[in-house]
Amino acid sequence: MSDTHISRREWLLTDAPQTRRQARLGAIYQGWLTFRANKLAMFGLIILILLIGIAILAPLISPQSPFTQNLAGRLQPPSSEHWLGTDHLGRDILSRLIHGSRITLFIVGTVALIAPVIGLFIGTVAGFAGGWVDQVLMRITDIFLAFPKLILALAFVAALGASIGNAVLALALTAWPPYARLARAETLTIRHADYIAAARLQGAGPMRLLIKHIWPLCISSLIVRVALDMAGIILSAAGLGFLGLGAQPPMPEWGAMISDGRTYILDFWWVAAMPGLAIFIVSLAFNLLGDGLRDVLDPKGGKS
Amino acid sequence: MLRVENLDVWFGFPPDRVDAVKSASFTVATGETFGLVGESGSGKSTILRAIAGLIPSWSGSIEVAGKAVTGSHRDRAFYKTAQMVFQDPYASLHPRHSVDAVLSETLRLQGMGDIDRRITKLLEDVGLGRGFRFRYPHQLSGGQRQRVAIARALAAEPRLLLLDEPTSALDVSVQAEILNLLSDLRQEHGLTYVMVSHDLSVVGHMCDRLAVMQHGRILEVMDVDALRRGEGQQDYTRHLIASSLGYQRA
Repeated sequence: MSDTHISRREWLLTDAPQTRRQARLGAIYQGWLTFRANKLAMFGLIILILLIGIAILAPLISPQSPFTQNLAGRLQPPSSEHWLGTDHLGRDILSRLIHGSRITLFIVGTVALIAPVIGLFIGTVAGFAGGWVDQVLMRITDIFLAFPKLILALAFVAALGASIGNAVLALALTAWPPYARLARAETLTIRHADYIAAARLQGAGPMRLLIKHIWPLCISSLIVRVALDMAGIILSAAGLGFLGLGAQPPMPEWGAMISDGRTYILDFWWVAAMPGLAIFIVSLAFNLLGDGLRDVLDPKGGKS
Repeated sequence: MLRVENLDVWFGFPPDRVDAVKSASFTVATGETFGLVGESGSGKSTILRAIAGLIPSWSGSIEVAGKAVTGSHRDRAFYKTAQMVFQDPYASLHPRHSVDAVLSETLRLQGMGDIDRRITKLLEDVGLGRGFRFRYPHQLSGGQRQRVAIARALAAEPRLLLLDEPTSALDVSVQAEILNLLSDLRQEHGLTYVMVSHDLSVVGHMCDRLAVMQHGRILEVMDVDALRRGEGQQDYTRHLIASSLGYQRA
């Protein structure tokens, strides 16, 4: 058994792969080995896998319904019946946290899909085209950057109406400018590289150069940046929820749960502390994951 | 094959305009190897880049295979006729593209069919086995990378190869290998070379004729026999030849 395992490892790490597939798998495996060496990043990854598992299995593993009220048993401290206590309407906090993980993942996932794509597109086009295209796109980016993120998101939500979908949209619309800046900076460093000139000499058009040659080099640093920004996105989403502009009651969104607990924070600390703890753990996990991804993906990041 | 007349190349706009090449003229016959020598910053690489269409700001006339080119736009026929090999093999290969990806993209762009067979043939031509096909640049040495770059340049089966100091980033033994490879390829494929170098011994080994450049001007065009005899008409040429003899103990 260990014999085949070693040969598979050698097959993956060989210097002279025989097929396209082997070369690609080998590169991925190499990255995995680097990532695995970072203990903290692995810790972050495990937490996030757990989070995803919890979100998928939420109806099966939550001990009670997240919506059932029990006014007789409101504001109960943590006990064997309610592991994390109950809130001001007598709802089980643990169940609400478990169901809330779905909302958190939905927000984070959607923002992480929209914002970097907009940023990548605008940044690389600006950097690659140069001239007035660059000027126009970057001034638009500057306008977005001039506002504090949360204030701008607040304005968007206020204009669009308070709901979780609009909150996600607002967060995505305010999160892209830093990615555009980053992608433009990367593009500027590589657009005059000899390998771009060589591809141009083979007759490659600007679209091909952008998509096949420039994007692959920008994407890795963007992924790292996104993973590190995830914590901020979760906090912003929780902030919108806290202000009542994100998820609407009775949705068990973590930020909204903290907001609910605010009134009782001195006498019944667990109502606000438990969702706060959940936000803290998930944010930390994303930061650790981002750190590990930087080791793997960022060719410039020195290993110290 | 190549005809350059009154070529001026500049960078930037007045008052910061820098004239990198001033009224350079030379012709290269088919099958010939023509050298451009001079110290760093004398404008020799700039001439190659202007020919290849990588610099838009030039005036004068450039004719490749009898066809005049303009600005930085080049048509498909040009890319099939002329290709370039860059100075630094560490910078001329895309870090995320395997050898296979580089060559197959090139062949596809050039409208070639039968890509599998051609890649194998190209790799054999430049002295790399099939085992190198799926490697990434970081799995290759400097000399191997330069061989890949040469294979890429040869993919379109061009007749004119612009060589921008193809060996200056390599160590001495690898330099000799690459130079021999280039000589062999020239004979096999009947190529015409324009080779930029600051190394007179390389130029003396490879070239039939050469132009000596200083401060963006071509001082003189001489043949390689004159170079070997150490006869330059200009003081600067003689100075260059003398200094290329190397450091001698006093």
